[in-house]
Amino acid sequence: MAKTPTPADEEQGLGEAGAQLSTAPVESPEGGPPGSVPSMGVIGWARWFWRQLTSMRVALILLFLLSLAAIPGSLVPQTSVDAVKVEDWQKAHPTVTPIYEKLQLFHVYSSVWFSAIYILLFISLIGCIVPRTWQFVGQLRGRPPGAPRRLTRLPAYTTWRTEAAPEEVLAAARKVLRGKRFRTEAADGSVAAEKGYLREAGNLLFHISLIVMLVAFATGQLFKAEGSKLIVEGDGFSNTMSQYDDFRPGTLFDQNNLQPFSFDLNGFDSSYERTGPERGTPRVFRAHVTYYDGTDGKPRETTIEVNKPLETGGSKVYLQGHGYAPVVTVRDGQGNIAYKGAVASLPVDGQNLTESTILKVPDYRDKDGEPDQIGFQGNFVPTLDLKTGTMMSQFPALDSPALVLTAYHGSLGMDSGLAQSVYKLDTTKMTQFKDKDGKPYAELLRVGQTMKLPNGAGSLTFDSIKTWATFQVSHQPGNGTALAGAVGALLGLAGSLFIQRRRVWVRAAADEHGRTVVELGGLGRSESAKLPEELGDLALALQPHAMPVPEEPEPGLDPSDPADPADPSEGARA
Amino acid sequence: MNIAAAANENLAHTSNVLIYSAMAVYTLAFLAHIAEWVFGSRSAVGRTAAALTAEQPARQSVTVQVAQKGGTGTAVLERPKVVTRAVAGARDVPDGPGAAGGSEKGDMYGRIAVSLTVLASVIHFGGVLTRALSVERAPWGNMYEFSTTFGMVAVAVYLGLLLAKKNIRWLGLPLVTTILLDLGLAVSVLYTSSDQLVPALHSYWLWIHVSCAIISGASLYVGAVSSLFYRFRDGLEVRQAAGKAGRDVLATKLRNTPAGDRWTRLGVRVQMGWDGALERLPASATLDKFAYRVNATVFPLWTFTIIAGSIWAEAAWGRYWGWDPKETWSFITWVAYAAYLHARATAGWKGRKAAYLGLIAFACYLFNYYGVNIFITGKHSYAGV
Ligand code: HEM
Repeated sequence: MAKTPTPADEEQGLGEAGAQLSTAPVESPEGGPPGSVPSMGVIGWARWFWRQLTSMRVALILLFLLSLAAIPGSLVPQTSVDAVKVEDWQKAHPTVTPIYEKLQLFHVYSSVWFSAIYILLFISLIGCIVPRTWQFVGQLRGRPPGAPRRLTRLPAYTTWRTEAAPEEVLAAARKVLRGKRFRTEAADGSVAAEKGYLREAGNLLFHISLIVMLVAFATGQLFKAEGSKLIVEGDGFSNTMSQYDDFRPGTLFDQNNLQPFSFDLNGFDSSYERTGPERGTPRVFRAHVTYYDGTDGKPRETTIEVNKPLETGGSKVYLQGHGYAPVVTVRDGQGNIAYKGAVASLPVDGQNLTESTILKVPDYRDKDGEPDQIGFQGNFVPTLDLKTGTMMSQFPALDSPALVLTAYHGSLGMDSGLAQSVYKLDTTKMTQFKDKDGKPYAELLRVGQTMKLPNGAGSLTFDSIKTWATFQVSHQPGNGTALAGAVGALLGLAGSLFIQRRRVWVRAAADEHGRTVVELGGLGRSESAKLPEELGDLALALQPHAMPVPEEPEPGLDPSDPADPADPSEGARA
Repeated sequence: MNIAAAANENLAHTSNVLIYSAMAVYTLAFLAHIAEWVFGSRSAVGRTAAALTAEQPARQSVTVQVAQKGGTGTAVLERPKVVTRAVAGARDVPDGPGAAGGSEKGDMYGRIAVSLTVLASVIHFGGVLTRALSVERAPWGNMYEFSTTFGMVAVAVYLGLLLAKKNIRWLGLPLVTTILLDLGLAVSVLYTSSDQLVPALHSYWLWIHVSCAIISGASLYVGAVSSLFYRFRDGLEVRQAAGKAGRDVLATKLRNTPAGDRWTRLGVRVQMGWDGALERLPASATLDKFAYRVNATVFPLWTFTIIAGSIWAEAAWGRYWGWDPKETWSFITWVAYAAYLHARATAGWKGRKAAYLGLIAFACYLFNYYGVNIFITGKHSYAGV
């Protein structure tokens, strides 16, 4: 039901009265409108295309396509979610990978085809909202349309006769309707009233809020900045680009937007389930930090937990992961300390924190005092149980920590100019130390123990263990706007779905016996049990001003069987 | 093990016993519902339901006596009769008489079934509550707990609608069947012994987000069953309109089928039973409208569920939307329901097409729960299977 009456309205003989009860665009009932294909030139086609795009049917199809198009992204690993997983997947499926890459299946939500669908949808949405808003404003300015010729044709209808004069009845009806917050309009012999405009307003608010959310989301993606940093207990971080381990700015992010702040990791608590089937699953992760807001802010103590980020300097600092860092002292062949400190080790199995330990010592002299470079490679195991026959950790806590290392010497390849990961040892230009039997040399160390490299090449002492934690620092503008959009959408939806737009007409006319016939008719956007109920209430409120007089049954007006008092529940069921 | 832990273990054990007991009572309710439908199929009213269909007048009127205070003092005003008129072009078929089909015995069994469902739901609630007490947190930390709570809420929605005097008794049998499947799956495949939450789930957003998700899902379930039955009932009404259904038509067909053609005869008999059951359902228009009301009412809640989830994700992971599989499927479900609502507002898409969209949308909800938890790993890895 829209500007032009639909066939159903015509059939009911409602004409103008049924029009404009909503601002939804008119649809041709079945299939496309083949007759409306234009025969004119470019402008005609453009107009035709635009009308198609902004029709409800196309909106529906685009919505359906959008949900279909979102599916592959949940089945194929996504670069934006987990880049490592994508690489693993690509290695495991070499044949389909090129095809998938062509189809942009590793970044579905920024792919051309996904973008095309939602951009079309939002163009359609804007193309739909603008005319609907104008139409709605027009409806607000206009008055409720006049009564249809025959009120009996309306979905809800009631009538009675009274001794009161028609003008009195109509004046009273206006008052009653106004009291119930209807907008009323008096005409000759009738009153028109309408209520529930908030439904349309809600619907428009909802669709506009969708646009607000999309804009907020896009802003967030373009201007955001996200970086992560691994910090060993006792160390700190200050918010400059060079300090990040990796930094992922949005396309339009400006470096100068990085607000100054810093924090130190003082300690880290972790505990794990000890018994039961969920043994080893984490229970508590808590980082104790001291932070400084601004360049020379006062130190403040706080904790960061998984659901409790630190908010400072327009950014949020999230706790992401943690692990262990064995603290070692390396002495070279001359007995000089070549390295002393913590070696952050990265987990290789997620559950029990078996970690890969890599240490590169570039400034080193062998036993003859010649410059050399040394690389250590091995595993840190928080809970080693040799009885299990495996070197993998059996539990994520430090129950029985051990460090297992082997060593290489030669060129670390660090001066090749290429950036190198500190977590990977390139052994192509290095020689592994061999023991007396010529087998690769390796040692298992407990805290306090020392490994002596063969041929007096130096030593490594396992001093102690520290914990490290990784933090993600996010600067994401547009969150507030997105939230406002979400709240607007929710309010709009509630208005749109829970409020009924309906019209009521009251007619009063004198009959041939000098009495007044009062007629009430109601029309809603959908058949609803509430409309007849409301009409009944209105009639009841009107009757004290238009006392009904008993009347002889008149066959034409009331077709319900007078011998059978109708079951009240029937009306409520409709 | 300390005393508190032992007490918790006892509670967890009690919870399991209660869930099994609830399943036993639901099974009895299931049998009672079967009896209701069987007796209904033999009842005379049930048999003549098709005949009634054709003659009901299109207009219904309501007369209510209302005492009016004030006004003219002691006068009693008659609430005026409001005549309602169906939209032109709509099929004017009245609702069926219900599962019991007017048979007294069937109705008795139906009442027994509802009473048993009430009893089972109380035990079920006890099971969920003791589970929550044993872990000292919200009872939805893994799929087992989610499933048991989900079933409980679905029953609560149904009983609530019954209490509100909605025409919903037809839902009894499918609902109890679903609950038995749901609980059966929970205790056998999804069972996880009671335990604490991983740190990522420690948040009051858990309460808000997950409880809304469960209530939405349980209500959407009711809407989906309604859409499904609408589809069946609509099929019947179309066949009736084409003169291809109804006891007489089928009986004639049976008479004209040679005795040797066993399969055709069996087919006709099955058709008779099926049509007989469908005749007792509410009219297709009623079911369709009910499905729409449920889905439209729940849609804002589902929207809120997703918003609450995003706020939580922002607090936990630093981004409110990251296309994690669970988020993606929530989005897909949401868009599918939006498509359903649009379809209802678009000429040419009402009726069956909209119903199919509604069913697809609910399938998305289910996949988001079972499929994503089991087949896809994401950040929401609390599945615990
Ligand atoms: C971004 C995608 C969209 C979503 C998620 C969406 C969602 C919704 C929802 C949930 C409703 C139901 C509210 C109600 O029944 O009153 C609705 C109604 C409506 N939508 Fe959309 N919509 C979208 C795009 C569009 C577009 C592109 C158009 C225009 C072509 C449109 C036009 C309408 C209209 C006219 C109604 C009101 C129907 C009525 O009055 O019954 N929507 N929309």
